[in-house]
Amino acid sequence: MNARFLPLAGFALVFALLGFGIWWSGRHDPREVPSPLINKPAPTFSLPTLDDPSKKIGNQDLAGQPYLLNVFASWCFACRDEHPILMQEGKRLGVKLVGFNYKDEPADAKRWIAQFGDPYDLIIADLPGDVAIDFGVTGAPETFLVDANGVIRYKYISPITPEIIATELLPRIALMKQGAPR
Amino acid sequence: MISCALRPSSSRRKPGPILLFGKKIKMDPGFRRDDGATLVARFLLATLLALSTFAHAIEPLPFKDHAEELRFQALTKQLRCLVCQNESLADSQAPLAADLRHDVFEQMQAGKSDEEIKRWLTARYSDFVLYDPPLHAATWLLWFGPALALIAGAGAIFVIVRKRARLATSTGATPARAADAEDDW
Repeated sequence: MNARFLPLAGFALVFALLGFGIWWSGRHDPREVPSPLINKPAPTFSLPTLDDPSKKIGNQDLAGQPYLLNVFASWCFACRDEHPILMQEGKRLGVKLVGFNYKDEPADAKRWIAQFGDPYDLIIADLPGDVAIDFGVTGAPETFLVDANGVIRYKYISPITPEIIATELLPRIALMKQGAPR
Repeated sequence: MISCALRPSSSRRKPGPILLFGKKIKMDPGFRRDDGATLVARFLLATLLALSTFAHAIEPLPFKDHAEELRFQALTKQLRCLVCQNESLADSQAPLAADLRHDVFEQMQAGKSDEEIKRWLTARYSDFVLYDPPLHAATWLLWFGPALALIAGAGAIFVIVRKRARLATSTGATPARAADAEDDW
């Protein structure tokens, strides 16, 4: 090997490494916290519903069929972008859509729902935010897909888009309905 | 940092006439005079008050003793805030960080070790929550990559130097000259 080309080879190597870094960070959000809860049972919880705080909803109430848990709050700006998409596509998902009202005053949340519409089958409220920590929630909006056995199969951070619904959610929901969760 | 420095001065400030550019400004509670000077004074007051609430964002916790407080500070400095990700849990004013600080504190009170608390956090937020990445299969390259690069570089230099030395001897130079060539490198 001609030693004169060694520096060039070194340069090409560094160039390739940095190029890979740019390519990689374009496809991955480095701020996104990976969830260790994927393919693990959803944390145990029992939370009051937004409409009736005396009524509690827990894992066993939701077991038996898959559901989509959508973390939202009236203080969350990005949730306003996401909301119309849930209004349009929510019913077409074919799973129960559970609203998870995160660290929100019930009155504010109810006003928000009254103003923008209610895409949810039911809404549970976590005012202290303890259950959210068990779910590894870092903010709103975040969305969890839970299968009929109560196992978290997918998590998406930031507002859901029609593209995410088509490419990530619907195929997984279809698999769950076939009874072959991956 | 700035907010911490501001807190004592704003809380120690005694109520009295507000001075603006050396002039006393009357704040008459019965009559709202919205002239320019009053507006400026109101603005300054509002800014000060806003800063003082900002300084209280990191809530005081009822520590048993100073040792416990030091342990808490040391532990939360090693943990990353999930919201403002370049801040530690000790410094962050995000509401989630406040909740997590509370959880860490409660677990310390319950007698959990630092390792147990870290495990509790990583079970929810993955290794992302730790500033110091633990050693396992996925972080192997991160930990030993620099050492590997160093060894590879040293190996490359060794090979090149030996090649040059051999080149020097094969062209009729004495071993001593070859050593000179190495020095030149």
